Amino acid sequence: MTPNAEEALPEPGLSRRVVEVVVALILMGLAGLALWDSYGRGAGWDGGPENGFFPARVGWILLVAAGFALIAALRRADEVFVTYGQLRQVGQVFAPLFVFVLLIKFVGIYVASALFMAGFMAMMGSFRWWQIGLAAVLTPLVTFWVFELQFRVPLPKGPFEAALGY
Amino acid sequence: MDNLSQLMMGFQVALTWQNVAFMVIGVLLGIVVGVLPGLGGPNGVAILLPLTFGMDPTSAIILLSSIYWGALFGGAITSILFNIPGEAWSVATTFDGYPMAQQGRAGEALTAAFTASFIGALAGVVLITFVAPLVARFALRFGPAEFFGVFFLTFCSFVGMGRENKAKIVVSLSLGFLLAAVGLDTISGDLRMTFGQSELMKGFDFLVVVIGLFGVSEILLTIEEGLHFKGKRAAIDLAVVLRTWASLPRYWLTLVRSSIVGMWMGVTPGGAIAASFMGYGLAKRFSKTPERFGKGAVEGVLAPETAAHAAGTSALLPMLALGIPGSATAAVLLGGLLIWGLQPGPLLFVEKKEFVWGLIASMYLGNVAGLIIVLATVPVFAAIMRIPFALVAPLILIICAIGAYTVESNQFDIWQMLVFGLVGYVFKKLDYPLAPLVLALVLGDRAEDAFRQALLGSGGSLSVFFANPLVSTLMVLALTLLFWGPLSDLLVRLRGRGATKSAVSTPT
Repeated sequence: MTPNAEEALPEPGLSRRVVEVVVALILMGLAGLALWDSYGRGAGWDGGPENGFFPARVGWILLVAAGFALIAALRRADEVFVTYGQLRQVGQVFAPLFVFVLLIKFVGIYVASALFMAGFMAMMGSFRWWQIGLAAVLTPLVTFWVFELQFRVPLPKGPFEAALGY
Repeated sequence: MDNLSQLMMGFQVALTWQNVAFMVIGVLLGIVVGVLPGLGGPNGVAILLPLTFGMDPTSAIILLSSIYWGALFGGAITSILFNIPGEAWSVATTFDGYPMAQQGRAGEALTAAFTASFIGALAGVVLITFVAPLVARFALRFGPAEFFGVFFLTFCSFVGMGRENKAKIVVSLSLGFLLAAVGLDTISGDLRMTFGQSELMKGFDFLVVVIGLFGVSEILLTIEEGLHFKGKRAAIDLAVVLRTWASLPRYWLTLVRSSIVGMWMGVTPGGAIAASFMGYGLAKRFSKTPERFGKGAVEGVLAPETAAHAAGTSALLPMLALGIPGSATAAVLLGGLLIWGLQPGPLLFVEKKEFVWGLIASMYLGNVAGLIIVLATVPVFAAIMRIPFALVAPLILIICAIGAYTVESNQFDIWQMLVFGLVGYVFKKLDYPLAPLVLALVLGDRAEDAFRQALLGSGGSLSVFFANPLVSTLMVLALTLLFWGPLSDLLVRLRGRGATKSAVSTPT
């Protein structure tokens, strides 16, 4: 699917056309889902517009517009959406972020933040160990002071905070 | 004048020590938010919004709107010193701002940009002071059909004025509407599009969506472009400021022209970006020395900044008077009003006088404070950009996660933020505009209510939208805007038959 992208640009990457098509298809799928749900509940007139009336009409518009986007994507010249090198960098940020969000459920947001700070700085930057340690300790402490103590907004906590009595 | 006495009352509200303090804090936070990648105006306001739930609404909106002003000022710093536009409407500022910085005239460029922003914003606030009450009074007569007409006009003008592919703007809008419809339907009491998932019952919160779309996605995009910012140094001293100010009267025509363009485009939703480019284009066309543009002409900084800020400020006019935000940040502020229990729209001017005029007065004060603060602190904020990205990025992401969580104290929202971060990343790269999505998400329920009530009144006939001159005008105007692209193509084709080739290609 990417023959002309490779000859036009030296750096290989994901084809923009493929991404465009996939996104348009997903959007059309979402539109279909909305239509299925709305017509299932009733999108007609029953002494007034039924509750699927409006979403169903928006669903049709989305379906048509995504269709146009699909056609436009197929007709334009292909280019690189993101090079593989860039994709790897984005992945290097997204993967730790994913783990961070996953950890929040188990160890609370403070411990997760500390681990996330330390991991991210160690992986992506060139810091000395004490700089990493300082950032990893200070971030949750400052967050705790601002949110729990100043604004009195409780954030997710885990066993570590429970052991400290919070 | 009635308005002036109201405004004086507003100054009394805004000029308490507490509110002035909030203004200064807001502007400072706003500049930080504007300078840092991954935190823009809409995102910054969205993250702080949950923390203001317990505050007095007037103080809260002063704090949040000051963040907005600060973010607008901050955008100019990155545009000029780093050639990185903080917001889409500061793109035009980089054309001449960055060359000036390269020539060692960064101080001059920054002073010009801030002053131009200030003048533009002032023009917008004056417009709001005098026109918003009139619009609100007029809108008191609106029924559901007229309100839907105004909503429709808003959405159509996004499609008509947008620079992106029209189909993609429509996709973005309708996706926003569908997301807004998920969850409990307020009229029938039924659950819609939850597919049996209890997590979806409360629907999608626009704050979480904004934090994902504008915050997380921006970090991913920044990473992709490499981690290092190479910026020019800036030092602003009083001599540079005074010298630049002394040269400004020479450009009064550019400033006036840009202000008018900005005010006009700002009231039209989605207009700030177009306004900055139009301001730049007009200044270049009317200049005696157009060849200097792009190589560090002061007018090239003045014109887009004035227009963008006049537009950005005027975008608050329809938000206050009609309940229809003209920009993504205005949409977030509007969502805030709803959360504080204030119904934006014409009645606000009648029922919550001290709130409305306190806010308008704070716009004057916030911009004065912003100008002084930003001139004094540029070197500090320019230094922020030199903090290693590997330290800033995780901090911003942690703040985003906390912001998403605090909206409803729900961990599922953090996952939503993550998903919308990816959506925003892909959408931005594919030129799907994000502002229409946010706008439709915020306005979706109210637009739908107006639509259903109007149809209920007419027994299902669409003729209700053409029942009287007012609503017909709104609908015709909306349809004209909606088909503005094809219409103007047709005009071009009719005028010059030889130039058919350029007329066929749609603007992207």
